[in-house]
Amino acid sequence: MKERLVQLEVLRYNPDTDTEARFQRYEVTCAEEWVVLDALNKVKADIDPTLNYRWSCHMAVCGSCGMMINGEPKLSCHTFLRDYEGVIRVEPLVHFPVERDLVTAPDDFMEKLKRVKPYIIPKEKKPISEGEYKQTPAQLMKFRQYSMCINCMLCYAACPEYGLTPHFIGPAALTLAHRYNQDSRDGGRKERQEVVATHEGVWECTFVGACSESARRTSTPRAPCSR
Amino acid sequence: METISTDVAIIGAGGAGLRAAIALAETDPKLRIALISKVYPMRSHTCSAEGGAAGVIKPDDSFDLHFDDTAGGGDWLSDQDCVEYFIHEAPKELLQLEHWGCPWNREADGSVAVRPFGGMKKKRTWFAADKSGFHILHTLFQTSLQFPSITRYDEFFGLDLLIDEGRCQGVTAMEMRSGELRQFHAKAVIIAGGGGGRMFPFSTNGAIKTGDGMAMAYRAGAPLKDMEFVQYHPTGLPNTGSLLTEACRGEGGILVNKNGRRYLQDYGMGPETPVGKPQLKTMELGPRDRVSQAYWHELQKGNTVSTQWGECVLLDMRHLGEKYIDERLPLVRELCASYLQVDIVKDPVPIRPVVHYMMGGISTNTKAATPIPGLFAAGECACVSLNGANRLGSNSLVELLVFGRRAALSAIEHIQGLPAANTKALNARAVETQKRIDGLYARTNGTESMSGVRKEMMDTMEKNAGIYRTEEGLQEGVKIIHDLRQRYDKVILTDKSKVFNTDLFQMLELGSMLDCAEAVTVGALARKESRGAHQRLDYAERDDNKFLRHTMAYFKGLEPPRIDYLDVVITKSPPGVRDYSGDHK
Repeated sequence: MKERLVQLEVLRYNPDTDTEARFQRYEVTCAEEWVVLDALNKVKADIDPTLNYRWSCHMAVCGSCGMMINGEPKLSCHTFLRDYEGVIRVEPLVHFPVERDLVTAPDDFMEKLKRVKPYIIPKEKKPISEGEYKQTPAQLMKFRQYSMCINCMLCYAACPEYGLTPHFIGPAALTLAHRYNQDSRDGGRKERQEVVATHEGVWECTFVGACSESARRTSTPRAPCSR
Repeated sequence: METISTDVAIIGAGGAGLRAAIALAETDPKLRIALISKVYPMRSHTCSAEGGAAGVIKPDDSFDLHFDDTAGGGDWLSDQDCVEYFIHEAPKELLQLEHWGCPWNREADGSVAVRPFGGMKKKRTWFAADKSGFHILHTLFQTSLQFPSITRYDEFFGLDLLIDEGRCQGVTAMEMRSGELRQFHAKAVIIAGGGGGRMFPFSTNGAIKTGDGMAMAYRAGAPLKDMEFVQYHPTGLPNTGSLLTEACRGEGGILVNKNGRRYLQDYGMGPETPVGKPQLKTMELGPRDRVSQAYWHELQKGNTVSTQWGECVLLDMRHLGEKYIDERLPLVRELCASYLQVDIVKDPVPIRPVVHYMMGGISTNTKAATPIPGLFAAGECACVSLNGANRLGSNSLVELLVFGRRAALSAIEHIQGLPAANTKALNARAVETQKRIDGLYARTNGTESMSGVRKEMMDTMEKNAGIYRTEEGLQEGVKIIHDLRQRYDKVILTDKSKVFNTDLFQMLELGSMLDCAEAVTVGALARKESRGAHQRLDYAERDDNKFLRHTMAYFKGLEPPRIDYLDVVITKSPPGVRDYSGDHK
């Protein structure tokens, strides 16, 4: 397997001991086919156990390992070393408070997801014994793409509006509201509009599309806003 | 230490934990529910499940057939009263998820679609493309947000159960962002912490799958059951170990060796079926244990393909065509393209078996109750004895729903009329946890590196407790794991900070994995037969006279576990021959 020496420049910060964040340089031998997360894991195992970041699935579905890589919000498990030359700069996701090193606090994001009532508010309730709600493949396709968001928060880091106006509910939460509004089983659009169609909701979006770019592999958060 | 009083504490907020929380909140809105997890719910490993969830729904299917598939698939180590309960609850739970909005694939008439899966006689696997676990997890998480009685403690690392008067009455946990300990006083505790597949080096499991919930219950005196049964999934990406769902074969993908031969026909799963026309319960739709074992034999015969990632066989899906692949297996295509740079539309993909699932776990009965009053468990961390010696693909996503709910109902029964807790006694136990953590920080005589001990554990598990096992190999494995457990007390904690200290979390996780690994190796050494996923080269046959029973491992501190046995519940299907030769022979 082809190997190469990778240089990482990682933003470090510990609120217990540091007054401000600083970059730390690591050099680590990596397989050419590795992702940035693999390089970080090697640093943690072999060089510096005090480096902190989140990760789990290593297949771009759990949404844990979002970080800024050369200034762009990325999942580090799906960012390939082969696409980079020179020093790779790794920083915590912007627009979120830093807990430590690459670990950010998603409290605001979690609160916003909840506010759009992201669950079925049934049009007509029926017991389980009456079986499934019929839903044709066409009806499914109306919302499925909006149900693919992995909550990785990259779109919030990419969103200039969220950076400027933190009360903006943001792309993922808007997408989720739209996902339920478009579901043939749902009758909750009116309740969700109380949050979505306000100054903190969809009207704050400036349609630059940075969210879609950051999340192009999973959901398409821009679409519901631009309707 | 701050005390949080609650009615039911749940440890783990993946599929099983969320389902339990919702069942508690729906059944009694006055209950206070603490949902504790070391990760945010959406990060839980349920999200990585791809293929789907089994439940009888179509007119050509029957409960009896699902029963037979599960009992036989488990090589008759399943408790049949449990299987019976499960198969009847399964469709109800899947319909409940449908009512909560899960985007199941549909037939043209709007009814739920099902796909074929390994070891199943009928098509009964409900699916949401190849992201079924992801959609189940997010549907449950989003649904849970409407219940004000569920208080989430996201990124709280569960540490020790609080046992007093023989009853489980709470748990200690560390708030990860501050490093502060909390004690949760609860009338009942449900563990839903997942499996421990990360004790192996090559695994589909996410980094969080370190058996913490299993180890917590085990240390508190609950036995671990059938831990030697570890499932290898036949088709993992050879470099990252990521799962390529069984649906690849359910939809018609074939497995070939370096000569282009569909080798499964040589291992009791033939004769060959036409390419692209998968037939149920034979060839590529054989059960996972048999298909993974066939790879091992091909390896011995020199029939595998040498790649830069080691010895592989090939999964060929080209004949499915681009349109069908994109409709049914889009994630698989993306994973292969990104991580291997192989387009499955144009080329076969090299794969090899990969550790995927632990059939064993905290011993529970059909009510999801452990032998410790007040302690319940559900999901992969539990061994309710549904899966026996080999789990069938698409039974586990349903298991976590059925038994997550069951654990909640059992917890509600348990807490009726309980005497008041002796908070002084619980506080004293919580202080012991604090001392344990303080001891890790204060350790000055450390000589062992954490990554070093972890690597030795993983390598030992792969070498000595893999797809095929021997007396000699297992004896060595038992000895090394035992030795590593002693050395664990000398592991250095490099990072002394209180704030989100992943060095500390990894050390705690390593401790959990070592405890579980010892139960796996000791159980495997004692089981001198071959059954399902536990295959012994020196005891090649199933031995129902001696081993139609569950292995029960009891924690004995730094000594190896005490092993005892429990009879298997057989109600209507006596042990027989597992036949995967299909109807077409």
